[in-house]
Amino acid sequence: MAQSIALNAAQQEGEAIFSLRRLLPLPTILFMIIVTQVPLIVTLGYSLERWNLLRPERRRFLGLDNYPDVLSNPDFFTIIANTLIITVSVAVVTLVLGICLALLLNRDFAGKGIVRTMLITPFLIMPTVSAVLWKNVLFNPAFGLLAAVAALLGFPRPDMLQDYPMFSVIVVIVWQWTPFMMLILLAGLQSLAHDQIEACQIDGGGPLVLFRYIVLPHLQRYIELAVLMQILFILSVFGVIFVLTSGGPGIQTTNLSYGIYQEAFQRWDIGEASAMGIFAIILANIVVLVFVRVLRRGQAEGVAV
Amino acid sequence: MMTQKPWVNRSLTVLTYLIAFAMFFPILWMVMTSFKTEADAFAFPPQIIFDPTLANWHIALFDSNFLEHLINTLIITVFSTLVAFAFGIPAAYALAYYQTKRSDLTLMWLISTRMLPPVGVIVPLFVIFRDLGLRDTHTGMVIIYSAMNLPLVVWMMRSFFLDVPYEILEAGRIDGVSLLQEFRFIVIPLVLPGLFATGLLCLIFAWNEFFFAFNLTVTKAAPVSVYISSFKTAEGLFWAKMSAGATASVLPVVIAGWIAQRQLVQGLTMGAVK
Repeated sequence: MAQSIALNAAQQEGEAIFSLRRLLPLPTILFMIIVTQVPLIVTLGYSLERWNLLRPERRRFLGLDNYPDVLSNPDFFTIIANTLIITVSVAVVTLVLGICLALLLNRDFAGKGIVRTMLITPFLIMPTVSAVLWKNVLFNPAFGLLAAVAALLGFPRPDMLQDYPMFSVIVVIVWQWTPFMMLILLAGLQSLAHDQIEACQIDGGGPLVLFRYIVLPHLQRYIELAVLMQILFILSVFGVIFVLTSGGPGIQTTNLSYGIYQEAFQRWDIGEASAMGIFAIILANIVVLVFVRVLRRGQAEGVAV
Repeated sequence: MMTQKPWVNRSLTVLTYLIAFAMFFPILWMVMTSFKTEADAFAFPPQIIFDPTLANWHIALFDSNFLEHLINTLIITVFSTLVAFAFGIPAAYALAYYQTKRSDLTLMWLISTRMLPPVGVIVPLFVIFRDLGLRDTHTGMVIIYSAMNLPLVVWMMRSFFLDVPYEILEAGRIDGVSLLQEFRFIVIPLVLPGLFATGLLCLIFAWNEFFFAFNLTVTKAAPVSVYISSFKTAEGLFWAKMSAGATASVLPVVIAGWIAQRQLVQGLTMGAVK
């Protein structure tokens, strides 16, 4: 009897603590609402205004007029196309390279740790350093390493950023992001159960059969995750483009991030830049929705944590 | 993984070495260039063997604004990580041990904020920062970077808390341990490696960030990433100095990343892949 009373008191006390502890996420939620969600709504508000910071006195409410303005600008579609070209080609190339590298690294060989460390390093370098490095030391048409090698082999010295700007931008981003793909897919390969592989081999499956019917299906969720995550980051690439090409020549390598930056902070057109920002948000939201679905499915199946 | 003929295996290994070398080569070349004289940096054919000199390191570090910007980066990354910890750890703790119907939703919402495109919020942030006097201040950048890293802290720390056996906490509570004591003496020591890894990731992301830094700072609070980007037009003459500055500015993060290789994946996928 006395025991059960004591237990009851402990339980009540426990419940009080319990509800107090549930409030612990509140500061985080408030902070994140203020820093991320409020600006989001303000962006929506600005997108309905005519507001150029160079002529603040002419600021007035405009309604939806900024949107047809953005959509009727042919440059906007070039910018969207560039954004998609960069994102999709980087995703495809890094995926192929990432799978190959992950397979190569998922074997036992001498110096594996060092090789892995070397391979992830491009990902750790800050994007502006990568871009400055590639732009000057590697791509420079007169003195760059690439030009020097071409000259030594008897070819004309290429001016990569002038003649192949989009290709150059993609090369640099691929170089940075291949390690990311490799790391995630390697984690996927390492979680593959050995008995599955052995069973396939006992059944007489060669390496290709093994890859097609065991490894690839197992990797599927990891591939989905890695690709979606990467798409989100690549959609917003800014530093590499800013340093490497400044979106040029012309607008040949201007993506959505760089285009909005120019609209907002070079032309100071807050209204139109905000309207473009809304399009960027819609684009990213589509990807996020897919991502959350994949994540949930992964959790339900117990593969992801 | 697959059983193969020895020669196949050996050639695959050689191929792996070659690819790794090719991927790493631009970085190696940058480091080598930083030890050359400016004349050697431009020599044709490119110099693989040369007389190394520290002269350009000295100029890049001490005869420039590099150190000021490095200090900015240090202040911003360290304080933003601390703020993200102060907010995120209690939240992660509650979301791990005191789950409610909304916990899942809160978590999903938190990751979704990490995935917001920066260009979607930069314009109002710029205007608000300008009006509040936060533009080009350390405080302003600390706010932005702690918000950027908070979802990461909550997600990672939650998964580390979930690895702590609940029985240990229960035992503590029966002994009448307070919330703070439980946190300080039972939970924190158990998740210390996770805390360390999460901190490293926050440092890496804040250190390398460019978009917000570039648009919300001018000179006073501009971090190293912004300073380095100013070399985009300094074509030609100062590659060795540029390489020395660039090498110095990535060194801390590269070392942090090498240490936290495993957690890097976890952090980048919001804990979805361990």
